[in-house]
Order: sequence, then C-alpha cells, then structure tokens
Amino acid sequence: MITLTIDNKKVEVEEGTTVLQAAEKLGIKIPTLCHHRSLKPYGSCRVCLVELTGPRGSVIQASCVYPAQEGLIVQTDTERVKKTRRIMLELLLARCPDTPQIKEMAKEYGVEETRFPKKNDDCILCGLCSRVCEERMGVGAVGFVNRGADRKIAVPYDKHSPICIACGACQVVCPTDAVDLSEVTLNKPRPIASEYDMGLVQRSSIYIPFPQAIPKVAVIDRNTCMHFLKDVCKSCENFCQAGAIDYEQEDEIEEVDVGAVVLSPGFEQFDPNLRKELGYSRYPNVLSSLQFERILSASGPYLGEILRPSDEEHPKRIAWIQCVGSREVDRNYCSSVCCMYATKEAIIAKEHQPDLDCTIFFIDMRAFGKGFDAYYERAKDLGVRYVRCYPSSIKEVPATKDLKITYQKDDGEITTEEFNMVVLSTGIRPPFHVHELADKFGVKLNAHGFADTKGFTPVETSEAGVYVCGPFAGPKDIPETVMEASAGAAMAMALLKDERGTLITHKEYPPEKDVAGQEPRIGVFVCHCGRNIGGYADVPSVVEYAKTLPNVVYAEDNLYTCSTDTQQKITELIAEHDLNRVVVASCSPRTHEPLFRNTCREAGLNEYLFEMANIRDQCTWVHMNEPEEATRKSKDLVRMAVAKARLLEPLFKGSLKVVNEALVIGGGLAGMTAALNLADQGFKVHLVEKDKELGGNFRHIHSLLSGEAPQQKLAEIVERVNSHPNIDLYLEGKVCEVEGSVGNFKSTIRQNGTETEVRHGIAIIAAGAGEYEPTEYLYGKDSRVITQRDLEEGIAENNPELEKIKSVVMIQCVGSREKERPYCSRICCQQAIKNAIALKKRRPDIEVCVLYRDVRAYGFLEEHYRTARELGVRFIRYDENQKPEVSSTDSGLKVSTVDPILNAAVNIDCDLLVLAPAIVPNEDVDEVGKLFKIPLNQDKFFLEAHMKLRPVDFATDGVFMCGLAHCPKSVAESIAQAEAAAARAATILSKDEIEIDATISEVVDANCDGCAYCIDPCPYSALTLLEYMYKGSIKKTVERDGALCKGCGVCQATCPKKGIFIRSFKLEQIGAMVDAALE
Amino acid sequence: MSDEEFEPRIIGFCCNWCSYAGADLAGVSRLQYPPNLRVIRVMCSGMVHPNLVIDALTKGADAVIICGCHLGDCHYLEGNVAAENRKEAIDLLLEDFGLEPERFRLEWVSASEGPKFAEVIREMTEEVRALGPSPYRT
Repeated sequence: MITLTIDNKKVEVEEGTTVLQAAEKLGIKIPTLCHHRSLKPYGSCRVCLVELTGPRGSVIQASCVYPAQEGLIVQTDTERVKKTRRIMLELLLARCPDTPQIKEMAKEYGVEETRFPKKNDDCILCGLCSRVCEERMGVGAVGFVNRGADRKIAVPYDKHSPICIACGACQVVCPTDAVDLSEVTLNKPRPIASEYDMGLVQRSSIYIPFPQAIPKVAVIDRNTCMHFLKDVCKSCENFCQAGAIDYEQEDEIEEVDVGAVVLSPGFEQFDPNLRKELGYSRYPNVLSSLQFERILSASGPYLGEILRPSDEEHPKRIAWIQCVGSREVDRNYCSSVCCMYATKEAIIAKEHQPDLDCTIFFIDMRAFGKGFDAYYERAKDLGVRYVRCYPSSIKEVPATKDLKITYQKDDGEITTEEFNMVVLSTGIRPPFHVHELADKFGVKLNAHGFADTKGFTPVETSEAGVYVCGPFAGPKDIPETVMEASAGAAMAMALLKDERGTLITHKEYPPEKDVAGQEPRIGVFVCHCGRNIGGYADVPSVVEYAKTLPNVVYAEDNLYTCSTDTQQKITELIAEHDLNRVVVASCSPRTHEPLFRNTCREAGLNEYLFEMANIRDQCTWVHMNEPEEATRKSKDLVRMAVAKARLLEPLFKGSLKVVNEALVIGGGLAGMTAALNLADQGFKVHLVEKDKELGGNFRHIHSLLSGEAPQQKLAEIVERVNSHPNIDLYLEGKVCEVEGSVGNFKSTIRQNGTETEVRHGIAIIAAGAGEYEPTEYLYGKDSRVITQRDLEEGIAENNPELEKIKSVVMIQCVGSREKERPYCSRICCQQAIKNAIALKKRRPDIEVCVLYRDVRAYGFLEEHYRTARELGVRFIRYDENQKPEVSSTDSGLKVSTVDPILNAAVNIDCDLLVLAPAIVPNEDVDEVGKLFKIPLNQDKFFLEAHMKLRPVDFATDGVFMCGLAHCPKSVAESIAQAEAAAARAATILSKDEIEIDATISEVVDANCDGCAYCIDPCPYSALTLLEYMYKGSIKKTVERDGALCKGCGVCQATCPKKGIFIRSFKLEQIGAMVDAALE
Repeated sequence: MSDEEFEPRIIGFCCNWCSYAGADLAGVSRLQYPPNLRVIRVMCSGMVHPNLVIDALTKGADAVIICGCHLGDCHYLEGNVAAENRKEAIDLLLEDFGLEPERFRLEWVSASEGPKFAEVIREMTEEVRALGPSPYRT
C-alpha cells in the first residue's frame, strides 16, 4: 500500500493507482473529459491537471495518468492548477466553441471566451469512442486518422463501417455528444425501448425496471447486453463500488410443494399496430392509452408535463378513440375499463392543463361501476366532450403532425376535425404465452384465451386447487381484481385449512435489557454507502462532529452500515459500550429502518430506541455538486436524529386475544357464501338473516347468461348452510347492539322476542339491497307493465300468458342514472339481454325492442349482446332528456320514443312493457352503519376503506362487506366479493392474538380535560369520551382503543393541551428535532 | 446580515407514506435542489401540530413546509384533510406573529413525484431568499 496526501488529506491506496483514483477515494472531485472508469488511463484532455510537490519543487501533471507514489503531496485546487486548467479549457473552447459541455466547464473556471483561433469542431479528440470500441467491445470500428491539425476520429475510408456492431458505446461515452451512430455503422442501431415508459424513451441494458421496483436493484437484460451477446464490454462492473455485478449468475429452478395455486398473470394491452387505419407507430402523435398514462405520470418521460412526442409541445386538443381492440368481430368482448380510464385521463389532463380541449369518441359509455356515472358526469361538467361515434381512420397532417378525424355528428352531418394528439383506448387481451401456462396447470381457456370460469365459481378453474384472479379471467377493473385476489386466497385457505400455519418459524431474540431511568448512551454509525455518501460529504468529519454531541458515547463510520458484517459489529458495539440508543446516518428509514431495528433487537435493545438520519437520499444525492453543504447538512441531520434519540423510549407492541368467531349480517347469496367459506375454513359463524328464509334477492334469479341454474344452486347453498356444523343460523334475526372492536366484538341478536349475546372477532356486512318500485311508465296502473324480475319469473314458470304476447318493449334505466339516484344499477342491461334472448329463443316470431341509454354489456356480456341482436332483438337508444312515453289503449300499449340516430319519432305498439328498475339500498342501512360505526356514501351504499384497493374493507378494522350493500353487482361478482370478505376476515380470525402497533396514540390523563376536540377528527373512531368520578367530582377524559388506532396523529395535532400524543412522534420529540435543526 | 450572505433555513415536515418517499425519489433520481431544507419525518401531515410550525418560525426558521399525500390518497384516510383545515389556522397565526404568509406552505407530493418535490423546494428556497430572513432569526 502507498500513502499519499491530496489537499492535505492522507489516503492509502494500492500500488498502480493513479492520483485521480486516489482523489476519488477521498471524495475530491477533479474535472476530466477523457477519463472513463472502465478504460485505461489516457491523458488526452489535460483538464485533470494537479500540482505535485516534491523535493525539487512543484510540477503540474495530469492526474489521470500519474501513478500514486509513497509520500506524494498533491494539490488539486491551487491558483497554479486553476490557471493551467483555464488555459486547457481555452484551447478546448477554441476547438469546440459551440459545444455546451465544454462551454459549461469553461464557464465554471471563468473562461467565457477563447483567445485562440476557433475551429468549430465538436470533437475534442479524447479518443474515448475509439478506446471503448477497441478495449471494451473488441471491434475497433473507429480510430484516429491523419496527423497534426488534421487529426480526427473516423471510420476507415470515411465509409460506414461493416464491422461495427452498432452497440452504441461510442455514442454513450462521448463527452461532447459528437458521435452519431448512424454515421458510423452499416448495421442498424437497435435502441432499447423502455418497457415501463411504453417505448416513449429508451433505457440501457443494465437498468432498474421502474422507480418503485421491489427489490430496487438493477438487472441486466441479457437479450441486449453486449457482454451476453458478444462476450465483450463488462464496463458496468467498473462502476459498481459494491461489487454487485455478477455476470455468472444463472437462473435457478426452485421446487416448492404447494397445495393450491392462484394464477394471476394479468393481461396484455391490445397491440394497436393491428389497427393500421389508426396510424399507431406511423404517426408519432397517435399514442396508446398506456403511453398517455406514462405521459401523465410525474415519473414519466416528460416528468408529468403533457407534451406530444413529435415536437414536445403542449397539445391543445386531444382526442380519445374508444374500443380499439374491443367489441370487434375477432374480439367479441368489451374490455370493461377503457371508458373509465379515458374519462380519468381526460380529467387528469385537464387538471394539468385546464384549457385543454378533450374529446372522447365512444360507442356506449360503460360507466357501470360504483361511482362511475358520477365521475362521468363530472367529466362532462369539466368540459370533456363526448362524441358518440367510432371514427374509422386517422390521417396525419404532414406539416404539423396534427391528426385529422372524420366522424358523423349527432345530427348526421359528416365533419372533420383536427387534433394535436390522439389517444387510442386500447383494450385488454390475455397475457402472452397464456396457452403454455394453461397447459401447465391443466386450466381450460375460453374462446378469447382468458381463463374459463363459471358463474357460481368466479375464481375456480377447471382444475381443482388451481384458482385465478384478475384480468386473466376476463377484463376487469382494479377493485374487482383485488376482490378476486382475496377470493382466490379464500378458496385456497378453505382447501388447506389443516395446513395453516405449519410452515411458520419464529425467530428468537435475546431478552431486552431494561434501560428505564438510564442516561442516554448513544452510538452513531455513519455510512459511506460506498461513494454514495462518502463521495460527496466528508464522512469522517461527520463522525468527529457526532462525537461532540451530548450523550453520544460512540461514533464511527462504515463503508456499508447495512452489510451483514457491520450489523454483527454494531451488535457487539452495543454491548461493549453499553449503548442504549442507536443512530444510523445512511439512507432512508423507509427502506432500512426495519433492518437496523432488527440489529438492535439482536443486541437485546428495544427496537424503538433507534433513529435514522437520511444523509444519502435526502442529502448527498441531492447536493452532489456542493460537498461542503452536503457535509454541513449531514451534520445537521445527525444532530437532529441524536436530539430525537435522546428522548426515545422503549415501546412494546401490545396484543389482543381474538375471538375466532364471525358474525355475518345478511343471508342472501353474498352472506351465505361468506359464511360457508369461513365455516369451511374452520371458524364458527353466526349468520343473521332478517327474513324467514335464506336467499335474499337470489331467490328471484331463475337463469344466468352463463347458463347455470340459480335455483338449484340456491337449494344446495341453503342446504349446506343449514347443515354446516360451524354455522349458527338466526332467521328473522336482527343485530340490535354492538360493542367492542376488532378481535373482540360483543353483539346482541334479537330473534323471536329473545335476545342472544354473541362474541365475535369480525363482522361481515352482507345486508343486501332492494328493488326500486317504479312510479313511471304506468307501472302499477296497467297490469301489462311489469319489471324484468317479473318477466324472468314468468319465463321460468312457463307462464301461459307469455305465449299470447306478440310484442315486448323493454325500457332500461328506470330510476337509475337519475338525479335522485345518479348511479348505474349495473345488472339491468344484462338482465334485459338475458330475458330478451330467452323470449326470442322460445318464440322467434316475438318482437322485442330494448330502449336503452347505453348498453352496458361489459366483459364477455358483449357476446350475449351480439347474440340478442342476431336473434332480432331491436335496440333503440333514447336520450335522457327525451324519455319514452307510454300510453295505454284497449288493444295494448303504445310506446313513443325518439331515435337519436334517425332523429325521428318511433312509435311501437306492444302488449307487454318490461321495466328495468334501479337497485336501491335497504332502508335499514343507516341503522347497521351506526351499529358498527361504518359510513355510507351519498347513494346510501356502504363506503369501503378505499374505492380501488380495499373494496371489501371498512376503515374500521374487523368489519368487512360484500354483495349488493356495497353497490349493484352480478351473481358472480357478489360471490367473488363474499369470498374476498371471508379471506379478509380470516386474516384476523386465523390468529389467536392480534399485534397492536406500538407507535399509536396515548392519552395523558393529567393533561386531558375531556374537551373531546380529538374525537371527531379521528379517522378510525378509535377515541371515546369517558366520564368518571374522581375525588368527588366528575372527571372527563378520552379513552383510546388500541385495536383501532393506527397512529396517524391527527389527535395529537388537534389537542390544545398536550393531552394525547403518538409514541415516538411526541411533540417534544419532533420539537427537539426542530430545535436541533435551528441550532 | 447582508443579503448576499442570507441562506434560508427551511424546516420540512414530510409524511412517511407519500412525501418522504417523494423526497427519497428525488434523491434516487439525483435531482438537485438547494441544501436549505431540513426534513423531519412524520407519519402523517395531519400529525403536525400548528404549534410546531409556529415554534419553528419563532425560533429562527425562515420558513416551514408541510408535505402530505394528495387529497384522497392519505394513508390514514383523511389526515391530510385535517392538515389542510389547519392551514387556515396557521395562516392566521402567521399574521398574528407578523410573519409573511409565504413562510409557510402546505404541499401535496406523492411517492412518485420526486421532480415535484425538488421543484417545490427550489421554488420555496428562492422565494424565501427573496423575502429575507425571518424577523425572529437572531
């Protein structure tokens, strides 16, 4: 080893190291243009000059080629160094006067103009391109030619190189962007499109797939990496200081024994190139919807700014075209999600750019999900224009790259409009290689290549023990995907109930030492993180500073504090120095706090006696050009962490015994399904049904489009519920009182005048919904006006009256999508299609006409919609502002409507009018809501914890929901949600105890005067007001339910008297950090 | 203190789930912003007591920023709504203490908005620099 001194700092390096490398080790930045870590030192740009002091005076040398020597004294920042660098930069500026990189570097040294004659080149002759090509790629396609003033980099004979492999390395290493690969190679350059950014930008062969990747580590793409393709390059290993690049790594095959498999391979986007007339790939400003999602994203190619690819200008007019790759002859299904995502994209785009003109071309607006119609209406209010037309093609205006769309207006006129950008709402198709996957597991696929599931078994496949969830079983939105995921888990859990918990191993920790009453003894560990921190901040000086802080008894630096050997060392140091608080200054607590907390536990220290200072992600990485400031800020952050550490207290996670029993409210299809799944999993279930019999709305369903027999299924389920040893059934029962919280509820069920008290750990609300009783269209006044449900019953019972009917009119959206009920009832379109097909199949001569606003035949229902039309069912749209009119005559009924396509009045005589009434919430929902403190939305359906990600949970832990009480849904969707609720419930019921987080709120009884300001803002209803007698007078205080509190701290910030705080985030602790920051 | 020498001291309270992650992402993306901010991690923007903000400002911070999840994205359902409601109270307190409204900001920064975080801090630093030191700074 050699020791030398650079800028008065001593550094020890290996023989053969250059002065530049030694300086790098110290974090001293020396400018250079021709140095590259994976190439041999070259010394051509002469910018890296430093001053070497020896016995015979000082000399100026290029640090990148000068070898480190014992005792060498180097100065990188003297006036002489700067002056010489300035001359070098002036010479470079003369050669490349317009190259931004050179201009910028020159400017840093105060050189704005050159005194030398200018050459107007952009190559500085550093040779990086030819060196990388030769040394790393082993090709040598480019090199220096000529001598003296004519010297230049060129391809032999100034022709395109036949030997160039078009790897692009020359282009990447060039410090002045002077290389144009297309000028070099005969081969076609193959840019690597970033999959994450949908090809809008490029990526390298070694890359982190996306910003939120877990684990967040780089991967090598073997299909494009030159090392794997040609056995060359290996440049990246010279850059990774952690030595983490392993070219020898092989795929490993692991075998696991499992009892069940859940397949969730997702979906692929329809390839819009298949619709050539829409110009995708041909016209730069025609994008797929996923590309547009990336453009909207803050981490996307334009950092969240809406720019169009051709010129990166803000578009003023954007059009969306719906149903690209959906509802076609070959893909006879609806992709279910595009109407809403296009609406969302338009709304977000307008949020980014309020004056943006957004137009959506659509066929039917399928806003069938919960809250979707309201969202659609909001979009219209915000000015998003919806045009009911499917444009047949897109043409580009070559001069402007704008796009022309010709379409038919509502009044029939053909018109052409220009847009700056067009987004294709591309549909959902099955994943690639789906047949291989299906064959491997013996799973049947349907005609479209999605997993074939049945109406009563939405997550089961043709193979026992193999379950599916998400769009693999058909196009669907996020909440349904999440529900099915839980449903798949529920099925697997019921199947494997006897194996539950058998693979768990518990980790043993040493007993925790008692630190109560001890003066804080803080150990501070400052991480270099290779060069990530140490390369910018002066880590040793941070350590020295830490040692001066009060209560710090030990401080050191580590190359990688997170490495296994450092963890071991910290454990030993905690014992050796009797540390009772630990501070690590390194990266983000979001990624590494759990690791270091574990280290504390290994050392017998309570894990909450740990604090982190984020001096990498929020310091050195964001202040890379300000080493002094980065050092100062690191010291501040360490001081703040130490200030908080002094006030940290040991905390202990609480636990609550769980009553492993469930309460299910509602004995309809959803309630019974949830109860049966939980019972099958081995949990006792109390099932409460307000009616005399089980079944709910399911009793009125007599056929399904998927072909199954509902009444037979109902009989089977009811029989299973009645005979299941784990189910206690309370018919004509009502829950009238509920106490307690997750794990420990106590409810009173009133049944036939008697009250039964049951204890349960969770509750599932499956309270169902009812049917709207129409007041319109002569319903109730004329017996020839009935509901779809009546018709279905009539068909099932072979009602002879139906035989006489010649003409049937169906009116959709009766009571739905109205001012009073601004939601879609979701199932009416399919019910109408189902009954229309049934009528037509029985008697092809019968006239059936469906008056609709939008046919919401989402997913595979589209096939049945087509079948109905093929059978001769007529579908006529009506406008919400021009509703059909019904009059009664002796001979029949007369329905008048206006066909917006013909723009003409249509009169239909019929002898049966069938209405599709809305699904309405039950009247008792408010009562149920109050019992469990769970909210309803404005339409009086229960409100889930998160519309997309937690569709069966309530914000209140331990209470779940399924079925129509959540929102209108089909049989299969109710079953999936019921199974999902059971799975979510089982996450609690399967435990004997639930852990209560330690960092939750705590009431300071002495300070709390019971003002109750904190109670309402608590998002989890975890606080209640208590009154009790204390020393002869009434004392008020607040009680916190540990099972409900999540530690958000809204209470702490609301309390005017410091009467409640969040552990580890007390006002005093945060305040100490503020004080320390301002010291 | 002359204007050239003035370097604002800004205290930032960032919620653990969105904004602190957004600040981390700015780092991972190597987005550079001025070194004037000192971040304190809190679990939720709704956890920050108005007193903490006022204390910081009267003890010499030149500005305070609270960053939380976008409305509707709060990890704790609506802690950020509480933070937003409190902003009014804090703005009034600033007036009482004779502080300019620009010295306090509430911003929504999601976990994927590294660029936004960097931009907000850049902007705020410049704004406070233009405003000059806090009258409470000694």
